[in-house]
Amino acid sequence: MLEVRYRTARTLPLGRVEARPAGVAIRPAEAEARFVLRIRSTEGEIAGLPLNRPINTVSGDDRRWIARLGPDEWLIGVPEGEADLLQTSAASDLAGRAHSLVDVSNRNVGIDVEGARADELLNAGCPLDLGEAAFPAGSATRTLLGKAEIVLIRRAGAQPRYRVECWRSFATYVHDFLKEAGLGIGEG
Amino acid sequence: MLLIACPYCGNRPETEFRCGGQAHIARPEQPGALDDQNWSEYLFVRKNPRGVHAERWNHAHGCGRWFNALRDTVTDRFIETYPMGERPRSEQGGATAPAATSDIQSEARA
Repeated sequence: MLEVRYRTARTLPLGRVEARPAGVAIRPAEAEARFVLRIRSTEGEIAGLPLNRPINTVSGDDRRWIARLGPDEWLIGVPEGEADLLQTSAASDLAGRAHSLVDVSNRNVGIDVEGARADELLNAGCPLDLGEAAFPAGSATRTLLGKAEIVLIRRAGAQPRYRVECWRSFATYVHDFLKEAGLGIGEG
Repeated sequence: MLLIACPYCGNRPETEFRCGGQAHIARPEQPGALDDQNWSEYLFVRKNPRGVHAERWNHAHGCGRWFNALRDTVTDRFIETYPMGERPRSEQGGATAPAATSDIQSEARA
């Protein structure tokens, strides 16, 4: 039995070049496997990632995370090599419960935005309150950036570290939007 | 910025939402028994009040869920939001009896 199944390496639409306007690092994320899970009840966990966390929070770590986006919707991110593993353990963890687990690895593109003024940069196009009280570390939600829909995740840590997840066809728009927004930080 | 209180996500900016028109419209149980007049009223005729209006809203760019809202069409103030299949709190205990929501198909499904 072949334990490791191979996946075709994906090209990264944004490349790997990091932009650093005003000390905020805008870095296209490496290829990652992502899944959308829909299930009605929040009991149990999937591959060690809990389902019962409050809506609009993320748990896990930077490599393996699960964000609850709605009452019955989760977005899961794992390293690319673990994609098959996650599907296998989901099948056993959720056995007998009606659910849907969709691989959206090729649909989503991640951009990491890090730095002390990252929230200012994001607020150029995101109408959410990203203050410490309203959007603390561990928050995650679907929202808008400019004209594009994104999933915004705030990683753990005192220094603001955000992950912007968008659809692949919006990726160049979102990336350019962030880079351009960085040019305006500290002005006016 | 206008904030709308999603029953699942809390206060969120208006641009994340879409309005779905008048709320609490029950589909007739026997559409075949209706005459054209009543059927077209069910399909097309909506209230357009100047004042408090019950509407369906969708948190399209957020949790994606539908909910109901009472909104004042004059001031654009949201009086309250409540989940699908429920009646507004301000109405409960009032003169209007809450409708049996289970026979409202569109709401039971949500």
